[in-house]
Amino acid sequence: MSTRVEEIHQAGTRDGPLMVAGVAYQSRLLVGTGKYKDLAETARAIEASGAEIVTVAIRRTNIGQTPGEPNLLDVISPEKYTILPNTAGCYTAEDAIRTCRLARELLDGHELVKLEVLGDEKTLFPHIPDTLNAAEVLIKEGFKVMVYTNDDPIVAKRFEEMGCVAVMPLAAPIGSGLGIRNPYNIQFIVEAAGVPILVDAGVGTASDAAVAMELGCDGVLMNTAIASAQNPELMASAMRKAIEAGREAYLAGRMPRKRYGSASSPIDGTFF
Amino acid sequence: MRDSEITTIFVNGEQRAMVAPQTVARLLEELELADKRVAVEVNQEIVPRSRYRAHQLRNADRVEIVRAIGGG
Repeated sequence: MSTRVEEIHQAGTRDGPLMVAGVAYQSRLLVGTGKYKDLAETARAIEASGAEIVTVAIRRTNIGQTPGEPNLLDVISPEKYTILPNTAGCYTAEDAIRTCRLARELLDGHELVKLEVLGDEKTLFPHIPDTLNAAEVLIKEGFKVMVYTNDDPIVAKRFEEMGCVAVMPLAAPIGSGLGIRNPYNIQFIVEAAGVPILVDAGVGTASDAAVAMELGCDGVLMNTAIASAQNPELMASAMRKAIEAGREAYLAGRMPRKRYGSASSPIDGTFF
Repeated sequence: MRDSEITTIFVNGEQRAMVAPQTVARLLEELELADKRVAVEVNQEIVPRSRYRAHQLRNADRVEIVRAIGGG
């Protein structure tokens, strides 16, 4: 067990906020806004999740088709939430950089972005060389980069050294709901990290989120697990509790695993 | 009006005829997007909001107008 983890256990219940790029957040659950039935459902689910950081995508405006169409940012107000524009759908560093520049202009100079450069349409696994190239340019331009990556500890460390403000390894492919496929790698990444580590993608249900937090992750970013639940609002609430429960379990420090039984009631004083 | 005064630009990938001269601000007004939360790129360069009135569009310019939508 690393020194960092021991210190945290001794600190007991004195859990601090999640710090991202110098800003303190009480919630360790970050949520996306995609795949909801409508904006009203989006707003209800996000409210129930308790999330303070909310991701959005940047896309072309409909020209002349639906004037007066409600805007996502009217529902998810930048005054209330920290908006985290993503580069979803980008397969090259160039497209991701363009998207971030547009997002910064759209959000009045906002510098926090979620960088993802995809490498394969089937798995949506990240394209690491292009993600590294994009991160380098974006950091130089003053962006605060939260980077989506795979669960490779060496690559995760590289992103930290470059100056990314958070590293976000996948648990499983985006939208798959398969849960944490490689908990040992996530743990390696957490133990070596000097910046927040957030599991991003692959969580399917509340127990997956709790496991991520029990592994020592600083937070979890999810979208489909909530939006594609039968009742998104209720799942958002479940995720909020799972994140809190997993965090507390991590801070508490779990009991060691044993192969055999160990009675909870004393043997002394038995009258039979 | 002379033919040379008709310019063609591309807005979000769609061809659009325009009577020259035209600014980004005027285009956004025509599209009823002037008061909307959008960002504009011309030929892959950002046009800051403060430059909408000054930025003249030219023939064959490729304009992208984007907004935030749901995403994860």
